[in-house]
Amino acid sequence: MKKIRCALIGSGNIGTDLIYKIQRSPVLEPVWMVGIDPESEGLARARDMGLKTTAGGVDGLLPHVLEDNIQIAFDATSAYVHAENSRKLNALGVMMIDLTPAAIGPLCVPPVNLRQHADKVEMNVNMISCAGQATIPIVNAVSRIQSVEYAEIVASLASKSVGPGTRANLDEFTYTTSSAIEKVGGARRGKALAIINPAEPPMIMRNTISCLTDDEPDHVRITESILQMIGEVQKYVPGYRLVNGPIYDGNKVQVFMEVAGLGDYLPKYAGNLDIMTAAATRTAEMFAEEILAGRIQLKAVEIA
Amino acid sequence: MMSQSNTSSLKGRKVILHDMCLRDGMHAKREQISVDQMVKVATALDDAGVPYIQVTHGGGLGGNSLQHGFALASNEEYISAVAPKMKQAKVSVLLIPGLGTMKELQSAYDCGARSVHVATHCTEADTSPQHIAFARKLGMDTTGFLMMAHLNDAAGIARQGKLMESYGAQTVYVTDSAGYMLPDDVKARIGALRAVLNPETEIGFHGHHNLGMGIANSIAAIEAGASRIDGSVAGLGAGAGNTPLEVFAAVCERMGIETGVDLFRIMDVAEDIIVPMMDHMVRVDRESLTLGFAGVYSTFLLHAKRAGDRFGVSARDILVELGRKKMIGGQEDMIMDTAMTMAKERGLL
Repeated sequence: MKKIRCALIGSGNIGTDLIYKIQRSPVLEPVWMVGIDPESEGLARARDMGLKTTAGGVDGLLPHVLEDNIQIAFDATSAYVHAENSRKLNALGVMMIDLTPAAIGPLCVPPVNLRQHADKVEMNVNMISCAGQATIPIVNAVSRIQSVEYAEIVASLASKSVGPGTRANLDEFTYTTSSAIEKVGGARRGKALAIINPAEPPMIMRNTISCLTDDEPDHVRITESILQMIGEVQKYVPGYRLVNGPIYDGNKVQVFMEVAGLGDYLPKYAGNLDIMTAAATRTAEMFAEEILAGRIQLKAVEIA
Repeated sequence: MMSQSNTSSLKGRKVILHDMCLRDGMHAKREQISVDQMVKVATALDDAGVPYIQVTHGGGLGGNSLQHGFALASNEEYISAVAPKMKQAKVSVLLIPGLGTMKELQSAYDCGARSVHVATHCTEADTSPQHIAFARKLGMDTTGFLMMAHLNDAAGIARQGKLMESYGAQTVYVTDSAGYMLPDDVKARIGALRAVLNPETEIGFHGHHNLGMGIANSIAAIEAGASRIDGSVAGLGAGAGNTPLEVFAAVCERMGIETGVDLFRIMDVAEDIIVPMMDHMVRVDRESLTLGFAGVYSTFLLHAKRAGDRFGVSARDILVELGRKKMIGGQEDMIMDTAMTMAKERGLL
């Protein structure tokens, strides 16, 4: 069966884990890995896994985009270079999946709004943050039943799974996730808290989601909606598990989740990284399925 | 005067006292200290010569949340009410990256805060560079605050403190959030910091009294090179409270350590203002002793009692389990979660 050919930008842990997930996909094929350091382990690993590589950044990829028929690119670099990467690749008709906090394109949480983005043939979608991917489905599961005045999420991450970029820019993570709880989750006000725990052995990612509904919550319908949503996320993140709840206290609904990764390249406790790569892969698959079925066509974005 | 003969080694040392009762004490008051009460307490502490007074929500900037409770007023309202009333004291705040942000620090500064504890878990200093740098840019007295310091050894604390100094911290604190440390633990960590930090970088100690060691640990810290000590008048703080500041001031006076604080005045603040404000006597009781014994974050105390009542599991069992799972400050949601899991295992849920 024909597959949509992909490029991965950023040869770190996320990029490497993406290779595994994309290689398993029935509709995607990883073709290029883009790095900036010719000596990097990530590029060597990608070569061993059969990918073409360049250490020349996105500019090293551009001459090969058309001849290799690259249609989707994943950017796992940084917010600072993403805009430029996206502009150059969009101009060649390559759709971008943004795993950085840049968020130039619309925010995407697959079970909530991926279908809309695919229908509109968005050429750049942003995957928000690990905590966003892990918690916004639950917020949405509540807000689609009853209006939510305030939603708050607490993400606990294993210290070993949090890279230097996130550490040095923790405020960015807070702002991006808080805003997405509102825009995608559907709460009128959102707040995100992050805890980095160094326990050994490393703790599996935990997330607690609390929603305050305007009116008294309908326990039966909200619980049903949450369980249904968990099932949707489990389709692409099998380790997405309800630990406790939903519990109700007045207008407060609370859900306690755990996210174990698949253990592809990243260790299982790093569910926070796995849910990003899994959601990005799921997003690419939906676009790929639509392209292969002839329902959508990617178009080059003219440079203004 | 009393005899000072057996403690002459610290005679003449100058130590800066930093009161926590209007911030750490918020935990013990379920965040329910009013703006008027804050002004009254802060004014009295200012009159007693306490040089630094920390205010706001117990979780500091960004603390108002379902996770940490909602205070009676916004942090901005507390700071704005207290700061203009201070004759000599500086108003300080707490900022835990991941909870508070630089926007909130700017706003606290605009309201009159001039000192900040930028706090991370004792192994995660590298989540604080932007906040420490921003505090310095604002011209604030900037402290790097290594919480749950018993969970990192002396060499590790020294490395983390050095990182904070490199971001711009003027003071590095060893923070015994669980009230678990003993004097030798404190000395080892402060001594290791003193050995690596620049001579002009100050060292501080923030104690909790869960094993009744607040005073002894603070003295040990000074012996090892600390020059800033956090405490709370009447010990109003999380767990069994912080190092009781009036007691510490008295000990300092006996030892000839100079704090500049008027002992009798601060004793009066404790007895006449703070104690009547307490909802429960803040002291070493079964649960707060469990915190100190098991090495659990002091703020978990009241949360564990509530979760225990709701799900029929003893607070002590919950706290011991949280200690075993190595939960750290900020993971208050895991208290309810742990209580529910334990209740399920016992067939109660």
